[in-house]
Amino acid sequence: MKKRKWQVYLLLVLCAAVTVCPFIWMILTSFKSYEESIQIPPTILPKIFTVESYQEIVAKFPFLSFYINTFLVLIFTIVIELLICSMAAYAFARLNFPGRDVIFIVLLALLMVPGQIFLVPNYEIMVKLHLADTVTALWIPKIFSAFGTFMLCEFFKGLPKSLDEAAMLDGCGFFQIYYKILLPLLKPALSSLAILTAISTFKDLMWPLIVNNSMEKMTLSAGLAMLIGEHTTYYPQVMAGGIIAILPMIVLFFFFQKQFVEGIATTGVKQ
Amino acid sequence: MKKNKVDSLRHREIRTGYLMIAPLMSGVIVFFIWAFFQNVYYSFTNKSSFGIPKFVGLENYVKLFHDEAFYQAFINTILYVVICVPAVVILAILLAVLLNSKVKGIGFFRVCIFLPAVTLPAAIGLLWKWLMNYKFGIFNEILGKFGVNPIAWLSDPRIVLFSISIVFIWASVAYQVIVLLAGLQGIPVCYKEAAEIDGANGIQRFFKITLPLLSPSIFFVCVTTVINVFQIFDFIYLMIPQGSSGTAASRSLVTYFFEQSFVKFHKGYGAAISLVLFFLILVITAIQMICQKKLVFYDD
Repeated sequence: MKKRKWQVYLLLVLCAAVTVCPFIWMILTSFKSYEESIQIPPTILPKIFTVESYQEIVAKFPFLSFYINTFLVLIFTIVIELLICSMAAYAFARLNFPGRDVIFIVLLALLMVPGQIFLVPNYEIMVKLHLADTVTALWIPKIFSAFGTFMLCEFFKGLPKSLDEAAMLDGCGFFQIYYKILLPLLKPALSSLAILTAISTFKDLMWPLIVNNSMEKMTLSAGLAMLIGEHTTYYPQVMAGGIIAILPMIVLFFFFQKQFVEGIATTGVKQ
Repeated sequence: MKKNKVDSLRHREIRTGYLMIAPLMSGVIVFFIWAFFQNVYYSFTNKSSFGIPKFVGLENYVKLFHDEAFYQAFINTILYVVICVPAVVILAILLAVLLNSKVKGIGFFRVCIFLPAVTLPAAIGLLWKWLMNYKFGIFNEILGKFGVNPIAWLSDPRIVLFSISIVFIWASVAYQVIVLLAGLQGIPVCYKEAAEIDGANGIQRFFKITLPLLSPSIFFVCVTTVINVFQIFDFIYLMIPQGSSGTAASRSLVTYFFEQSFVKFHKGYGAAISLVLFFLILVITAIQMICQKKLVFYDD
């Protein structure tokens, strides 16, 4: 048994190294001067430790705007999505109205459609609403989530029906049952959906690139993509930009690890 | 009298139902359902950025059949699927089993291995572009130490597809490991113990107990990975410059769609490409659903 433990540790260290080493190289590069970064053979640790790259990349790119935009998009998307989807999910799971099942199947069918199909028409809607190239455009189409509705619906179905009946006898209306009785019980599911939405919104690249043009209206993800091109040769700066961009999510991950893992895990378990 | 009350309750239920799905459905109808049919319509037009799109019938689809670049993008996408899906699924299963072992400090290793799941693809793309840099990249430097000639990871047409696959696999395994680890932790220990008492060794236990009980989660991981790989875009867009020697060899259906729709503004043609992608995903997912019945073990 003792011997097996040793093998497990060896494998763990190996796998962790494959994952972490690129990040370490990213950090090391970001603290090197440009000249040192292209030195052959390369130095491992920076000979002269400098934060110049960070200063330069922040001066060239509006990272503060990227941060603020990303934060706003995340907040708006998550709050409104949770509200809209949980309401609809309750109706689909608990209420009986004509056409319910047909509408629900249409929603399920939408899950199969790749997002690229909607991009051009959605962009045009944004142009018509005079919302193209605004932060608002970044989150509006994201709040109507078929996936979120489907996921929450499964959780509503998992709650005992007797709760509704008891509340109804006490004189609660349907909306009150949803809002006062069931929603508080759904907190874990809501937080899972919030985290999943946060991750996918944070990572989304194509939509911000398409709908917005100005640098000041980009999210961290799309802003980072703007670094490619003329700046790619200045790798310490690019690495510094990358670190600035990924830091908030990684810090959040360290603090809310349990919630992150549970959030991602619910997608698989609930199938 | 009583019937009246029941009637009004039923009416209220119907009204509340419609009211509560109204916000979602209004958005879904505009941004998804209308957008879908609009896109289908565009695929039959010569829509570009300016002017009114003109109906051209099947012209875009006919053009697809004679388009060399589309063929290559199609084949590349299939290759990405063939390379990445098995790699991601197998690595995710192995890593999940490894991370499920009860040893001290496992939490630390989990955090390390989960890291790419919460990292921006944009940052991963830029980072790996640096690692794979021909002249100054650390990969070629390390390979050089073993006497291997430098590899043009991102510009050699024979290699670039594999390079992108490596990055994709590295970046996507973590997320699926989390899903599978949760599945593993849901398997009751008693099965394993019973097998152990019956004298099954580690490998037998893995194939006869763990794998079948994990198969619903594995199925889920397969389906999502297939869909994700079919839509591979980020890393290609970030790592391969437009018009470089690696462009054609790494081009996927989605990058080709992006190129046509938003770089060349052939939006009608782009719409046709996106619909081909849609049908492809539809067919593959249907096949997977049929296989699911035979291969997946549900413990109800």
